[in-house]
Parts: sequence; C-alpha cells; structure tokens
Amino acid sequence: MNTKTKDNTGAKFGMWLFLYSEIMLFTGLFILYAAYFREYLPDFVNAGKELDLRYGAVNTLILLTSSFTVAAAITAIRKKQAQGSLIFLCISIACGIIFLINKYFEWGHKFSHDIFPNSATLNAGPRGENIFFGLYYVITGLHGVHIIAGLSLLITAAWFVKKGKIVASDFVFLENSGLYWHLVDLIWIFIFPLFYLVI
Amino acid sequence: MTTETYKPFHQTPMPPKYDGVLGWLITYDHKRIGMMYLTTLMVWLSAGILLGLLIRVELMARGQTIMDAQTYNAFFTMHGVVMIFLFIIPGIPAVFGNFFLPIQIGADDVFFPRINLLSYYLYLIGGILGVLALFSKGPPDTGWTFYVPFSVTTRSDVSITVFAAFILGMSSILTGLNFITTIHRMRVKGMKWFQMPLFAWSLYATSWVQVLATPIVGITLILVIVERLFGVGLFNPAKGGDPLLYQHLFWMYSHPAVYIMILPAMGVVSEIIPVFSRKSIFGYKAIVLSSMCIAIFGSLVWAHHMYVSGMSDLSVMIFSLLTFIVAVPSAVKVFSWVSTLYKGSITFSPPFYLSLCFIYLFTVGGLTGLVLGSAGTDVHVHDTYFVVAHFHFVMFGGAGFGFFAAMHYWWPKMFGRMYNFKRAYIAITLLLVGFMLHYMPMFVLGLKGMPRRYYDYLPEFESGNLLAGIGAVIMVSGLFLMFANLLKGAIKGEKAADDPWGGTTLEWSVPSPPPVHNFMAEPSVKSYPYDFSDVWKRMNLKTSTPPKSQ
Amino acid sequence: MNAHDGHILSYGKLLAVLGVLFVLTVITILVSTVDLGAANIWAALLIASVKATFVLLFFMHLKYERSKAFAITFVVTVFCVALLIGFLFWDVSYRV
Repeated sequence: MNTKTKDNTGAKFGMWLFLYSEIMLFTGLFILYAAYFREYLPDFVNAGKELDLRYGAVNTLILLTSSFTVAAAITAIRKKQAQGSLIFLCISIACGIIFLINKYFEWGHKFSHDIFPNSATLNAGPRGENIFFGLYYVITGLHGVHIIAGLSLLITAAWFVKKGKIVASDFVFLENSGLYWHLVDLIWIFIFPLFYLVI
Repeated sequence: MTTETYKPFHQTPMPPKYDGVLGWLITYDHKRIGMMYLTTLMVWLSAGILLGLLIRVELMARGQTIMDAQTYNAFFTMHGVVMIFLFIIPGIPAVFGNFFLPIQIGADDVFFPRINLLSYYLYLIGGILGVLALFSKGPPDTGWTFYVPFSVTTRSDVSITVFAAFILGMSSILTGLNFITTIHRMRVKGMKWFQMPLFAWSLYATSWVQVLATPIVGITLILVIVERLFGVGLFNPAKGGDPLLYQHLFWMYSHPAVYIMILPAMGVVSEIIPVFSRKSIFGYKAIVLSSMCIAIFGSLVWAHHMYVSGMSDLSVMIFSLLTFIVAVPSAVKVFSWVSTLYKGSITFSPPFYLSLCFIYLFTVGGLTGLVLGSAGTDVHVHDTYFVVAHFHFVMFGGAGFGFFAAMHYWWPKMFGRMYNFKRAYIAITLLLVGFMLHYMPMFVLGLKGMPRRYYDYLPEFESGNLLAGIGAVIMVSGLFLMFANLLKGAIKGEKAADDPWGGTTLEWSVPSPPPVHNFMAEPSVKSYPYDFSDVWKRMNLKTSTPPKSQ
Repeated sequence: MNAHDGHILSYGKLLAVLGVLFVLTVITILVSTVDLGAANIWAALLIASVKATFVLLFFMHLKYERSKAFAITFVVTVFCVALLIGFLFWDVSYRV
C-alpha cells in the first residue's frame, strides 16, 4: 500500500493547477481592462503614449530570454550538466532582477511626473486616463509581486542544484519552478501590448 | 502487504517523530487534518449561530431591542462572513473530503499532504483574522458582499476582514488543487473514473470551481484594499470607475461559490440514500454529468444577482435564461434520489432523516430560486426577505443539513463510536420544525415588501418577525442538542462496527477508526460502487430477490 | 508514471523558439504603428497568443506531455477566461 515511488507527473499537474489559479487572478484585472478599454478608447490611446515603449520592449525581451534560460537549465540538468544548469538559472535570476530595476525606474519616472494613484494630475485629467494608469499600476504591481515570488523559487532551485539536490533523475522542483517562471513571462506577454502598444 | 496489528490513526502520529499535541499540529495525515478542520469549524459555526440568534432577537420587536443600528449592521455582516467563508464553503470538503476522499478511492493520503496542512493553517489564520474584526472598534458594516462605494468609504475595519477572506480563499484553492491531483493520480488500481463513488465525483466538480473561481474574488478583495489605501478610482464614477464592475467581479466568484457549497452536500446525499434504501443509486452517470454541468453552467449565471443594478436589459435576459438552465441538472439529482428510494428497502436512521430533510428543503430553496431567477418577478422581491429565506433554504437547509448528514453518517467511522439515535431524532426534529417556523414567514415578509438588512421595520411586519424569532430559538436548541449528542457519542458512545450501516464504498471496508495508512489489506474495487448484493448476502435477508442493481 | 519522460529539448531547439518569440515581438510593435482602427487590439492579442502558444508548447513542455490532462485542462481554463470576459460584454456593450 505504501510503496512511495514519486509521481513526478502528478507533482507537475499540481503545479499546472496552481498556474490556472494564477491565470484566473490576473483575469479579474484583464476583465476590468476589457470593460474600460471599450469605454475609454481615446483616453487609453492618449495615456498609452505617456508610457515609454523602450522600457516595455526591453522588459519583454528580458523576460523572454529568462524563460529560454530556465528551459535551458532543465535541459542542462537532464544532460547531467549541473554547472551549466546553474549558470542558466543565474542568468534567469539576473534577468528578473534587471526587470524589477527597470520597473523601479519606470515607476519612478511616472511618480516624478505626478502620475500615480490619486495624484493631482490624474484627478484633474480625463477620467479614462486615470483608469488607464490605475490599471497600469495595479496590474504591473501584481505582476511584480509574482516576479519576486518566481525569483524566490528560482533562487531556491539554483541552491538545490548547487547542493546536488536537483539531479537528472529528480528535477521536479526545478521543473515546477520553471513552470511558475514561464507563467510570469506569459502574463507579461499580454500586459505588454495592452499597455505599451495602444497607440 | 504486511499484516500489521491494527492501531487507530489517532494513536499513530504521522510523521512519526512528533507525538502528543505536536503530532496533531504538525501532521501530514489527512484524517488528523480533517479532525482539526472539524474542531476549528465547530467554533466558527457556533460563533455564526450566536450572531444569527442575536440578530433575530433584535428583530423580534420593532425599534431597538438589544443592540444599536451600527452593531446590528456589523452583526449581519459578520454572520454572513463567518457562515459563508468559515463554515459552508470549507465545510464538507475540508472535513469529510479530507478524511474520506483518499479512503474512498483506495489511497493512503492526498497527493500533497504538506500542502494539505498548509491549507488548514491558512484556514485557521484567516478565521482568526476575520473574527478578530468582531472585537475591533469597528467591525465591518457593509454586508458580506462588501459592495462599493460603501466598502471603500466606510470607516469600519473592512480591510482586515477582506484580507482574511483572501487568505481563506487561498486555503480553498490549495484544497481544490490537492483533491483534483489526488483524484487524477491516486485512484487505486482497478478504479476507473466511472467506478468512483459519487461523493468523490462531487468533490472533483467542486474542486475545479474552487481553483478557477476563487482567484477572481481574491483579486476583487485586494482591489477593495487598494482602493481604501490608494484611492485609485477603479470603481469610483468620479474618477472614471464603474461600480457595477465590482459587482460583476464579486459575483463571478460568489455565485459559483454557492455551487462549491451545495455540490459536496449533494455528494453526501448521493452516498446516504442508496445505503439506507439498500439499493444502488438511480442514474449514476446522470448524477456525475449533472455535477459537472452544475459546476460549468453555474459559473455562467452570476449576474442574476444584479438584475436591478443598472446593467443592460440584454444581459438581464441572458442571465435569466441561463439561470433557468442551471436548475435542470439540480432537478436531475432530486429525481435520481427519489427514484432510488422507490422500491428500496428503507432503513430509517439519523443520516437518512437528515438526507430526506435535505431533499425537501433544497427543493423549496431551488424552486424559490426560480422566482428570483426570473427577472420579472425578481424586480419585486430583490433585496427583500424573500431572498433571505431562499438562500437560507438552500445554504442552510441544503448545504448545512448536508453537512449534518455527513456528520451522522461518517461519525462512527471517524470516532469508532456510535451516538444515541433517539436524541438525534429529537434534535433533528426540533431543528426542522424550528427551521420551518423561522424561515417560512420570511417568504411572506419578503413578498409583502420587508427589505433585508434593515435594522427596523414597519408595524405590519411585526408578527412575522416575532414568529421567526420563536422559530430561531427552537432551531438553535435543536442544533446544540444535535452537536452535544454527537460529542457525547464520540467520547462515550458504544463501539461502532467497521460497517454499521451496510455501505458499499471503500471506507466501510476499513476498521473504525481507520489505521493511519487507511487500509489493512489491499482494497478490493467493485466494478460498480453501489453494488449491494454483498450487503444483502451478509445481512442474510429473507426476501425472495434483492432489487436489481441499476 | 513516476520517472520523468524521456524527451529532452535541445539547446538549439530552445534557441530557435526564442528567436521566433523575438521576431514576433518586433512584429507586434511594427503592427501597432499602423492604424488598423478597431482591429489593432485584436491583432495585438492574436500575436500575443501566438507568442504564448510557443512558450506553452516548448518552454513549458506542453507539446511533449504524455498525459492529455495537461492540454485539456489548460484549454478549459482559457475557455473560462474567454467566457467570463465575453459574458461581461452582454452588459458592458449594451448599456443605454
């Protein structure tokens, strides 16, 4: 009854289920975006112009690259290249940190222009623009929280790889951490056009 | 399979290194976790009952009776929050799902035992946070629905309560995730999908709703906190927001939530009725299909809570149509249960009594739901006591009685002891009579126009409220007698057999209480889970032919 | 089913997928500069969905999972998202 052979497919399935709940979490915000996009299209376009496409594009490419390196880290560990896996993971982590730094500067730039929730400029301006930026801060803020969560998982995974706890014959923790990270990338793939390409 | 000597699970800690109290606080055993949920839940339920009773005492006479208006608003808010988030939603899955799902499918635990423990602690912490609000200077007074703009502007402690609900939501999501994975990956060899018991199927359908719908209210509640803290304006018309979108987001979860409440209860009834009819369930596949349909279609009807909110006429009509459609699978189940009883060999027992009550009360609740679901009639009864009566019939008469039925059905298995039947029958009858006297008048009050959530009311509503108050006292007496009887039975009751009822599902093939790894021998899977021919043989009953299994 | 499945994605294949994603990113930026009116948002969402599909199928290994439960449950979730947004529009699009 108790022959405990590990069911890695089951563990992975559990992680996918968790990802579905995360998708639904962001869906609530995308629902708001959809409704307000319809109501305020001209204001959204104008507000969108205030966002710097370069930040958005660079962050997109950074996250895509970090997804690649996470997938490569799994390939490496399966080929018994622990050192390579560790390097790939560190690149992913670095990408995530750079993403957050970019976000910090981007938000800071907006703050210095008096564009933040309940600011005088937003309160005085067109209501659709207030909504656009309200959604922008909430969605990218929530996304940032998930980047931090993802980074925690990747850092833990890197530690386990270094300590030899993740190996070719048992790498489910790395795989699941990777899945979570890919989700964070997936969400950004949709955030990018909705906020930076409304022009 | 080693022939170990039998030791009940509450004498065997798992992981083995912890013993005593720690062996309960840090346990991976799904049965211990289920018991911890039960203990904690009974505390919250008692608080919820007390709040309800105090509300009804206040409303027995016009004007101030025992509390002021602000306190009243806080009490009905917390009554809703406690009952919904701390009792009914977690209720059957967390207690009986945890305890019995693995056993019913022949597994030795859930797939993620440690996440299971985490779910329990999230439940405990969320509950403590939520109830703490009761003792703060300003418990929330918004109603459990936290509608904007009041939830954003009111000075009362909305943020703490709403954050507590968020944590409880995480507990719910993780439980659902655990159960889905368990059912997919841990069914014993030989048990295919359509050989699973109906309780397991009901948990499967429920778990999907938990995983997919709960996050939506999660983000909605976070937005309430964000709005209170930062004033973004996402629901504030002055800043471009639309308050109706809050209602949409809120009900996108909270409507499926009622199916999270009722599906497991229906699963329990689907287990009990065949056993006490000694006849296999009528329409096993129809019940499975209807459970999945209820989960799916029930997630598409949320705006029937919003007919008079100002949303478009088109959506009013569409959601009304969908609401009528979702009534069909529920009716399929009622039909199946009644058909199971027909020509069955009936044994009366407390769980059976409660299941019959369920069928009646849920049907009344469901039919009155059609009055509400039909937009034309809803205009007249929206936000009146008609609504209050309807949802108490389905949530209390339905899900609540389902929970009590599960208690009475599985109590001997969990504790290895039986409770007193006579006292149980008295308690259930008091509960039923009190329930009817309490809630039936509310339908009339609602039709006459008494609004819900009001602290005071017009003179013409006085007799109805007085009657309801008397009913409340009878009902609550029944409840506490029922709990006291069960408690006494657990501690001092007669030792129960492995199979006191004549059940066919796997939990009745293991000792009462089960050993820590659930099974003493490899479970033997029946080709059909409700095949009573063995039960008939074992009971050596002198009838010519047992009823044919369906 | 407790050993990891045998399929390992080569570095080359992964890099190719990254390349596709980069190209699609450039495309979506270029498309957004052309005024297609109402179609702009749909074009952007379509390209984003294609990018997401590549990440799902290859980086997240969805193409190579033996059990169909993964793909089926994912599609169910996406369907759920689409239904929620879609049904909301019965209200939002038809207010007077």
